[in-house]
Order: sequence, then structure tokens, then C-alpha cells
Amino acid sequence: MELAHTADVEAFRAEARTWLRAHVPARPLPSLETAEGFAAHREWEALLHADRWSVVSWPEEYGGRGVDIVKWLVFEEEYWAAGAPGRVAQNGISLLAPTLFDHASAQQRARVLPSMASGEAIWAQAWSEPESGSDLASLTSRAVRTAGGWLLTGQKTWSSRAAFADRAFGIFRTDPDAPKPHQGLTYLMFDLRAPGVTVRPIGRLDGKPAFAELFLDQVFVPDEDVIGEPGQGWRIAMSTTGNERGLTLRSPGRFLAAADRLVGLWRAQGDPSDTALRDRVADAVVGARAYELYTWANASRFAAGAAIGAESSLNKVFWSQYDIALHETALDLLGPDAELAEGEWAEPWVFSLAGPIYAGTNEIQRDIIAERLLGLPKGRR
Amino acid sequence: MRFLPTDEQSDFARTLRSLLGSAEVPAAVRAWADGDAGPARAVWSRLAGTGLFALAVPEDYEGAGLLPLELSLGFVELGRAGVPGPVVESAAVSVLLTELADEALAKRFLPGLAQGGAPATLTLPGGSPYALDADAAHCFTVSAAGELRLAAGHGARLGSTDPARRLSLPPAGGGELLAAGPAVIRAAGVAGRWARLLTAAQCLGVGEALLARTVEYVKQRTQFGTPIGSFQAVKHRLADTLLDLEFARPLVWAAALSPGPGEVAAAKLAAGEASYRAAMTALQLHGAVGYTEELDLSLWLRKARPLRDAWGSPSACRAEVLRSLTPARR
Repeated sequence: MELAHTADVEAFRAEARTWLRAHVPARPLPSLETAEGFAAHREWEALLHADRWSVVSWPEEYGGRGVDIVKWLVFEEEYWAAGAPGRVAQNGISLLAPTLFDHASAQQRARVLPSMASGEAIWAQAWSEPESGSDLASLTSRAVRTAGGWLLTGQKTWSSRAAFADRAFGIFRTDPDAPKPHQGLTYLMFDLRAPGVTVRPIGRLDGKPAFAELFLDQVFVPDEDVIGEPGQGWRIAMSTTGNERGLTLRSPGRFLAAADRLVGLWRAQGDPSDTALRDRVADAVVGARAYELYTWANASRFAAGAAIGAESSLNKVFWSQYDIALHETALDLLGPDAELAEGEWAEPWVFSLAGPIYAGTNEIQRDIIAERLLGLPKGRR
Repeated sequence: MRFLPTDEQSDFARTLRSLLGSAEVPAAVRAWADGDAGPARAVWSRLAGTGLFALAVPEDYEGAGLLPLELSLGFVELGRAGVPGPVVESAAVSVLLTELADEALAKRFLPGLAQGGAPATLTLPGGSPYALDADAAHCFTVSAAGELRLAAGHGARLGSTDPARRLSLPPAGGGELLAAGPAVIRAAGVAGRWARLLTAAQCLGVGEALLARTVEYVKQRTQFGTPIGSFQAVKHRLADTLLDLEFARPLVWAAALSPGPGEVAAAKLAAGEASYRAAMTALQLHGAVGYTEELDLSLWLRKARPLRDAWGSPSACRAEVLRSLTPARR
């Protein structure tokens, strides 16, 4: 067992750190959940991409550096430690791209990935429907065969960043007569500005239009935008959820940086006699370290050939709970200032509240943990 | 970077697990609690045969070298099996004497400790005033003034909430003076850190045993005509238990790789809390049968809380974590 990195990895770290120091905006960008902030973050994506830092783990032909998971994690540590902006391209990079690498044709990859890497095309995930959240397989939006492609009809909702995004990916029912709800689904990509698409922004708890609902009326999707075989959408989508719950969406670097900022806040504002609050700060430090180490152990497993399995559900429950606890501790340290909507911790706190809900609710994740990792019988939900 | 045990390290843990699985440890725990040390000594002797105790002793004194990682993996298995006795304290005494680097003392005690034939126990400044199992071990004490003594006998036995832990106050000021001075204080600090690390490892094993037993139980116990393990409320408590343990484990590994104060405190905090929460879940899900001492589950249930608090309570560990932070993380 060994935690030290090779000289090659440390050299990569130094290169990333140097670049970030020179380029991270001195002042925070406006919230990426606003039109103005979205545009500013898109520019940041372009800047990252210009020096091939936007998608370091991708092959060079698509704008990446082809680095392994160890270097990707190191990059993430440096990225968040440098106080760099949130990634507006995240849904595409973390969720659609792994799916494309696993299931798409070479032509599709060549067509879609470069503009994703540059921030030119920002992607939204169009999965949930008003009646299909955690029970995703019950979705009813349809894709019906037409000459040269498919026509989409239905409604998607709670689609993150869809208010400002360019394109979306989702699964649609293509065979309503399939014997099981998981069958007869197809995974495809569509343009949010195509005829027949209506985007209605939905205010989040803090009022920012962080997501949207999509009304689809006979929206044409060419065959070339179907990922994998029609009817295989569920299987393909499930390979994406592993990424979503697992480490690619929430790298430890983000939490290490947040815990550091929390310790700074505690030193600046903490009441030394309030040991209950002090203990929660310590828990945040330990939690970030635990998540970092757990991720390194997983990275070692992946490097040895293991795949992401039901363990990603452990990951998801951990980081979502951790995120809330950390931000609540920050708010408690702030006292009356915690209420200020423009404060440094307000938006991340609101964002953290969604953690146990999205990417499969934590209730569903606990069912998965109990049934697949502990071998308990399926039963009453 | 390869943050996983090597095949050799995993094999060692598996060997211990299988040996302890066939050693009738629960009977030894009950005998130990009743004052009969024989069965527990037989377990230690089998453990000594694997070289476990030698992992806390340098090669010059018939040990295998100070190997905290291998030792920690071993102590997870001791916790899983519920092995009684001053196992953590014996290892800590080995570390203390090694750190003191006093040739005569090392020659006198370390070979016996390496071979597992001469268990030891220990009290240190800042630790519990009660010596664990002093009636069955050499009892070393370090005073706040830095005097290392070998206690002459042991004080009256005090009941522990875990009957398998036999507590006593070492006789005040008495016993043979072995060494004194700042070197003793320094060595005691290192020994205390190892005790904390190995207790963390033991906690992890205790928690795993509690979880495994509870998972088996809820699969076969039926109520309302169905196994209770199919109820979501039951599943979710067990899922949370697994979560706690899985995220404590890498902290224990990391602390064993680099046993600095902050890393060790984080490991002890996480493993101690995970283990105690596992005990509370195990008790609740076993229901009334879990509340009896007849069921072997009680052996782990009663251990979880004292181990959580031994060699660094959660509060002490949290304070240590914050103390160990440098102003900039990196």
C-alpha cells in the first residue's frame, strides 16, 4: 500500500497548479445559474480548453490530455484548491461523455465531443419527468419513428441548467408495448433550440433559474443522434448513473477545498468556547479526508481493472450528506450573516440541499446498498 | 500510488481471520470475563504463531520490525473476532520500549512481547487512569513527570461495562522504576498514538462483525410474514452502517501508512463512531434478543462503546485533528 505519487504525477500537478495560478479569475464569476454567469462560465470553459485543461482525461484528439484517473484526481485537487469556477460544462463532461466513450460510434464522438470540450455546446440532462423521478423507468415521453429519425413528444423536468444550455440528452420510450418498463427505451441527443422544443425555466429554492422543464412537441431527431441501438436506452443510461453517483461528478478536490475554506472561516469567526461547532468543523475536515482516501482506494481498484458498481451508491450518499453538513456548519459560524443571499456560502448551501434528491434519491441509493452490497431481500419500498 | 493492501497483506489478514474463526473466541471471551484466562491465552498463543505480535517489535529483539500497516490489518481481525485481553496495550508497550532505545529494557521485555507469551498493559498521561487487564499482564505506568515503572501487582478490580475488560488502578507511585525523563514522555507519546491507531483498527473489526451478524439476522427473522430485512427502515439503517465503516476504513489505512497525530485521530474518530453506531443498529434490529447477554452478539455490543472512548475519545480526537492542521493544507 502506498499513497505517494510518482514524480511524473507530481510534475503534472505542478504544471496544472502553475497554469491555474496564472489563469483563475481573481474575482469570482457571477453565479452560473444566471444568464450573465452562464456566459462568463462558458468563456472560462473556452480558456481552459485553449490550453487543454477542460477535459484532461479525454484522448488528445478530442481536446484532452489522455491522462489516467490518478492524474485526473490530482488535477481536480489543484483545480478546486485554486478556487477555480464551477464547471458549467459538467453535465456533458461527467454524464454524457462517459456514455459516448462507452456506447457511441466514432463519428458521433468526433461530432459531439470537441464542442463539448470547448464549452461551445453546453449540455443538459433531460431524464426526469413529472411522474418519473427515482422511478425513472416509468417515463412516458415518446420517440416515434419517422423518415430518417425520430419525433419526440412529452415533457421533461428538473433539467439542470437547461434554461441556458444548447443541447440535451435523455431517454425516451420507443416501444410502448415492451413487456417491461425498462425495455423499449432509447437514448438520444437533441437540440434545445429545435422546432417543437419549449424551455420553461424553473426557479430553484433561491430563485435562480437553475433548471427548467422541457415541453417537446414532435421534435425531430436524426438517426445519427441516437446513442447505441434503439431499445437499449436503459442499459446505456445505467452506465451513466454510475458516473453520476460515483466520483466523476463529485471529485474529492471540491470537498477538500471546501473544508479548507471552512477551517479558515472557523479560525476567523469561530467562538473558541463553542466546542459543539468546533467538533463539526473537525468532522468536515475528517469527512473530506475520508472521501479523498476512499476515492484513492477506488482509483486503485479501477486501475487494477475493476468497474464502478453498486459502490457508487455509497459514494453518492456520503458526499451528498457531507456537503449539506459542511455548509450548515459554515452557516452556523456566520451567525446573522448566514442569511445574506449574496454571501459566499449561501448559493453552495442551496446547491448542497439538492444532493440527496438528484442522481437517484438517497432512499433509493440505500435500497441499492442494502440489496446489492449487503444481500438483503427486495421488498416493500 | 496504490492505495490498496498488497496480496501479501490481504493474505495475512485472511489467515488471521480463518484462524480466529475456528478458535472459539466467544467462549474465550466469556471465560476471560469470569476470570479464567486459559482459553484466551490459548487464542493469543495461536495468534503469536502467525507473527502478529512480532509486528510491533524491531528485528533486533526477535520481532518483525515496526509495521503499523500490517499490524492494523491484523487488529481489524482481532476486533472482528472479539479477541479479549490487553492486545492493544501490549503492542503499545512494545512501541514504547522500542522508542526508548534502552538496550537493557529492550532485551528484557521485547522478545517476550514479540512471542506473545508475556502480555503487557499500560497507563499513560492523558489516557485512562485505569489499567486494562493488569491482573493478567505486566503493568507499565508512565507518570506525568515522565517516570516509567513496572507496577508491583495491581489494584482492586473495577467493573467495566464490558465484563471482558478488567480494569484496575495501578498502585500509586509503586513498582520498579525503569526509566525517567523527557525521553520517556516522548516515547509515551508515540506509544499512545499507536494504541489509538490499533484501537481504531479494532473498532473497525468490531463494527464489521456487528454488521455481518445483523445482516444475517434480519434475513432470517420474520415478522408480519416476511423477513425484516426486506423492510426499508431496516435496510436503510444497515446501509448507513456499511457507509460509516467503508469510509472509516481508508482513514485507518492512511493513518497506518503515516501515523501522524492528525491522521491517527481522524481514523480513531471515524472508526470508533462507526463501530458504536453499528452496535446501536445491531441492538435495535435484533430487538429484545439482542438485549440479552446470552446471545454472542452481546460480546461485540458491549465492546463497541469502551473501544470508542479508549485511547482518545471522539472529542479528544476532534481536537487533535484541528490542532494538527497547518494553516495551509498544502
